[in-house]
Amino acid sequence: MTGLFSEVFLGALLFGAVTAAIPLLLAGLGEQMSEKAGVLNIGIEGMMLAGAYLGFVGAFYSGSLWLGFLTGAAGGVAVALIMALLCVRIGLNQIVIGIALTLGLEGLTALLHHFQFSRSYPRLPAADATVIPLLSNIPVIGPAFFKHHLIVYVAVALVFAMGYVYRRTQLGLNLQAAGDKPAALDVAGIDVIRTRTIAVLTTGALAGLGGAYLANVGAGLFIPFITNGAGFLGIVLAMLARGRPVWVLFGALLFGVCLSLTTAMQVAGINIPTDIIQMLPFLAVMIMLVLFGRRASLPAALGIPYERGAR
Amino acid sequence: MSSLSSPLADKRDIVALEGVTKRFPGIVANDGIDLSIRPGEVHVLLGENGAGKSTLIGMLSGLQQPDEGRILVDGKPTPITSPRHALALGIGTVFQHMMLVPTLTVAENLLLGGPWWQRPRTEELEARVAEITRSLGISVKLHAKVSELSLGEQQQVEILRAMVRNSRLLILDESTSMLTPKGIEELGALMRRLVGQGLAIVFITHKLKEAAAFGDRISVLKLGRKVGEIPPERFRTLGEQEIISEIVELMFGKQKDDPEAAERPTRTVRADAAPLLQVADLAVAPTENAPGLSSISFDIRPGEILGVAGIDGNGQKQLAEALAGQRAATGGSVRLEGAAIEALSVGERRQRGLRYLTDDRLGEGTVGTFPVSINFFLKQVGASPFWRGGVEQRAEIDRRAAQLVREYDVRTPSLKTPVARLSGGNIQKVLLARELAEGARAVIFNKPTYGLDLANTLASRQRIRDTAARGLAVLLISTDLEELLSMCDRIAVIANGSLVGTVANADDARTKVGRLMIGLAA
Ligand SMILES: Nc1ncnc2c1ncn2[C@@H]1O[C@H](COP(=O)(O)OP(=O)(O)OP(=O)(O)O)[C@@H](O)[C@H]1O
Ligand SMILES: [Mg+2]
Repeated sequence: MTGLFSEVFLGALLFGAVTAAIPLLLAGLGEQMSEKAGVLNIGIEGMMLAGAYLGFVGAFYSGSLWLGFLTGAAGGVAVALIMALLCVRIGLNQIVIGIALTLGLEGLTALLHHFQFSRSYPRLPAADATVIPLLSNIPVIGPAFFKHHLIVYVAVALVFAMGYVYRRTQLGLNLQAAGDKPAALDVAGIDVIRTRTIAVLTTGALAGLGGAYLANVGAGLFIPFITNGAGFLGIVLAMLARGRPVWVLFGALLFGVCLSLTTAMQVAGINIPTDIIQMLPFLAVMIMLVLFGRRASLPAALGIPYERGAR
Repeated sequence: MSSLSSPLADKRDIVALEGVTKRFPGIVANDGIDLSIRPGEVHVLLGENGAGKSTLIGMLSGLQQPDEGRILVDGKPTPITSPRHALALGIGTVFQHMMLVPTLTVAENLLLGGPWWQRPRTEELEARVAEITRSLGISVKLHAKVSELSLGEQQQVEILRAMVRNSRLLILDESTSMLTPKGIEELGALMRRLVGQGLAIVFITHKLKEAAAFGDRISVLKLGRKVGEIPPERFRTLGEQEIISEIVELMFGKQKDDPEAAERPTRTVRADAAPLLQVADLAVAPTENAPGLSSISFDIRPGEILGVAGIDGNGQKQLAEALAGQRAATGGSVRLEGAAIEALSVGERRQRGLRYLTDDRLGEGTVGTFPVSINFFLKQVGASPFWRGGVEQRAEIDRRAAQLVREYDVRTPSLKTPVARLSGGNIQKVLLARELAEGARAVIFNKPTYGLDLANTLASRQRIRDTAARGLAVLLISTDLEELLSMCDRIAVIANGSLVGTVANADDARTKVGRLMIGLAA
């Protein structure tokens, strides 16, 4: 094995890791926002699927990736709207509704895709990368991290933007209060239902965008069930990150490496059954949960619908 | 001020209630209540636990809507649709149950409610708070997390929050329950100053002396109905004792002089009996915003009540928790009936007969959404006869629970009612019943009567006396000096995490304890 070969291999591995991490990152950031505000959003897998399908359809017919991201985010928001209505406004059980939404969208997107494209899987042209000058010339690191589609940098910038919102803005205080002691927020004059609705819709937009990226950039096509648990991984990330967006980023990259490694090992033809290789990311989840799960702290009112004046 | 000279009396009300009725499943919490609230007046609301005082406040602050009747603001019928609306109308409320976010700092809690697109205006707040605290004579730790403050300190923060908002009607729902005598006096003086400036205040308390000292007008509620009112004109002509006996008559229908008057205990503790609870050199490490404990030592003999006096936040909670095993001690020994228990877990200590009645009734004392019946046996979950082979024995639990409900006079619609739905006094009875059950040897009470009405306070105190009379050792932590003087054999004073002195409860105890509390030698 020459040095050159391993350098190329490593670069490709890391490039793949980033590509795989972005949908997880967006899902994790979105879930984190819902959970901060006290809504356990299990429907996020469904929101990602809606985003992936509508994102693909938007990009396919318009020929514009950006329009695809927009329709994808809108798809996520549409599903989130149902969630907000049923769980935040009416106060139904968040777990039941979340699972129902996920199952429903798995079926619906598969069905729509079948009607539209029958058994063909049209591809989008490869996404063009925004190459960052200078940085992209660094060996290994450069091609791995600095030759991605613009949306990747936007997603990473979001991590810091959200950190700022949580720590430094009134909105951040409101979100945390909505999750930890909603009654206190209510008597301070802020509508808890509205705050939580905003959080859930934002989650929908982020998850939808994540799904659209997964289909349009990650895979370049839509196939039914394409998210394959990415939304659930996002939930795990949000729970382990203890309210800090940066930790979601680290976690997403870690999972991204595992996912990318899975592909790389299959491509490299390493003599291990593929089923075992495909278990790798989930093994990583379990290891992370064992190592850090106990320190995860969740908002006190997570999963509990708020009703004014009830006690 | 031409409106003041108007012949119509209710022109002077900034807020008035007309025939307001509020029903909850199985109960009429407010029944056709009329009330007038005027600028320049402290309107005191009195009534037993469950009389419907907080429900009334809930409607004034926009948390709930009346089922019948209407609310007038400045003479106009105004449905108060949300807490935000109430704040906009100038109605600021300090609620009975803590309304602070425990994971945020004091400053962040005070900032809550600003427009969401803004950055929190911390500097502005700090200046405003400094101004108010200076005139109030209190100090708050703006950058401490709320979860690290004692309940008394949290109460101060809530009062401060209502002040920061510049309300024209200030509602205080049992805001003195956690304050020290000095704090109560200061709050009283502040209320007088504020009404002097033209504010209106609604003040709810269970202490009749506070009502007589700070009020202008008194309304008494009983089982949801308003049973009497003393208007200011009459109020001014009466002396304290006359007011108190009139209120007692309204509330309980029987005449009696100051029912809380200290009655020195007549129990005799055998001086030669071996101590039941022995604590030596107990220490707990301080956290950032809570004091630790250092070299706490005392003995309690069977049948003895040892009081712990002191200003709230001086380590009382830490002491109680360290004894109960809920907080790790860094040194010292705790012996129960001669056996060392400092290394035992909470459950094992309870098993040996050490019981702890927390002051945080809803937070750690009970599981609010569980039914009353289960809350009686929370600490015996899994144990027979209430659970057998991991299966809940419904019949057995209900039978025993019904017995306790009768014995402790818990007023609850049913055994299945979630405990958080009960009024404060009745939640306390559930706790008392649970902790004093089978096998108790030594009991720690932390502020056992805060928030209780007169009848319940007296009943709880009698329970505690009876507990001691049965030969148990009692540690009674309280910020209410009268309470300690009326019950204890000896009173220790805690300051900054250590016991600064212990005095026998003799005639001069009041002055001695008072001197110790303000840092002088007894
Ligand atoms: N949200 C609610 N749901 C059901 N019942 C309620 C609710 N709020 C209050 N109640 C009931 O209404 C009655 C009045 O309660 P309220 O809290 O107003 O009493 P209170 O006078 O403030 O008593 P305390 O002195 O103990 O605070 C009680 O019987 C209580 O159980
Ligand atoms: Mg009340």
